[in-house]
Amino acid sequence: MREPQDRIRFEQLVLPHLNSAVNLARWLLRNRADAEDAVQEAMLRAYRFFDRFHGGDARAWLLQIVRNTCYSWLEKNRPAELMTEFNEEVHQQPFANPETLASQSDDRERLMRALESLPARAREVLVLRELEGCSYKEISEIAAIPIGTVMSTLARARERLQRTLTATTAEEAS
Amino acid sequence: MSCEFSETTVHAYFDGELDAVRSAEFEHHLDGCEECKTELREIGALRRRLQESELFEQASRQLRDRIRKQIAKDANGRRSALFSGRRVFLIPAFGALVAAAASLMLGVLIFQSHSRSTRITAELIDAHVRSLQPGHLTDVLSTDQHTVKPWFDGKLDFIPPVSDFSQQGFPLVGGRLDIIDGHSVASLVYSRRKHIINLFAWPYRGKEATGSGSHQGYNWLRWQSGDMEFCLVSDVSTADLRQLKELISQ
Repeated sequence: MREPQDRIRFEQLVLPHLNSAVNLARWLLRNRADAEDAVQEAMLRAYRFFDRFHGGDARAWLLQIVRNTCYSWLEKNRPAELMTEFNEEVHQQPFANPETLASQSDDRERLMRALESLPARAREVLVLRELEGCSYKEISEIAAIPIGTVMSTLARARERLQRTLTATTAEEAS
Repeated sequence: MSCEFSETTVHAYFDGELDAVRSAEFEHHLDGCEECKTELREIGALRRRLQESELFEQASRQLRDRIRKQIAKDANGRRSALFSGRRVFLIPAFGALVAAAASLMLGVLIFQSHSRSTRITAELIDAHVRSLQPGHLTDVLSTDQHTVKPWFDGKLDFIPPVSDFSQQGFPLVGGRLDIIDGHSVASLVYSRRKHIINLFAWPYRGKEATGSGSHQGYNWLRWQSGDMEFCLVSDVSTADLRQLKELISQ
């Protein structure tokens, strides 16, 4: 009797945030296929823990689970990414094949690379703010960090992204 | 940075996260600080660049289907396990049933307390969906705010703010009337990269519901300003909605 009710509520409250979930996972794992796997797992977890959701912001609640799932995945599969603050190897890793690169605008490609070169913790705060439009309070909930840390991380992340973009533009020009 | 304000203050100001007092202090300081002005411009340019490059990734249809199937399977699995395993324990099962019914009723009570604002949001989203059907989008089709604004004259007992934001990437498409919660509301239509955004505006009648959320795949953002209430509904990202809100509030 309770199950169908739960399922309907879940589909109405949580499922509409699927795009947000995919977007966060995509930028945390820097890979579309891994992101979809992680989101599928996170959604099932969210569904099983749905009785722990006591109203409020369903998007923040889901993104918290997505984030935890992604970090567990990274710990298991690419632990180095979580340990280094700024990994040169990560920076140079190719992220897309040349064919898709050619079809995309240069600026989008440059932005993607610059964003992906940021440390995971800086990247997630930036993505949540600029692409997802989250408030500092929402980010602090999702990433489980104090608001002060959200502020300083965001300031640093923007600055670093700006620097990386200026550097790559200069590199290409020379 | 050599000025008295920390770097994070500039960012928090840009994000609208400073309280009124600190915000006023910073604005006062901003008048004379070129460094902070440059910084603000740069952060703004970076945001535009990020948002205009369409970096937001959406779920594929396949993933959506996969998740729906998985949830359905999980729900059935759990239900059949419950019934096959506990059939003999009729009394605890009955107890569980009573508990479930009680929690459902509690849920209904909690739900009802939010019901008015939730219902209005649901009606606004329905109005948005209806507007997307052929021939329903606009009653007055014009990108000129000076054509759209007078059109509302005499049709409503209030004057909705009408502005075109083509320069900022949100061109005005036209206007329309809708009935929400038994009252007429002004609906302004904007477009964003081929997506439609509806702005609903109506006089503040007390008990405003501010917030944002997502319903049936549409994002909404509600707020109150002066004696008006506003709600934006669209399938564009919440970041876009917030950007348009900032423009409207200026």
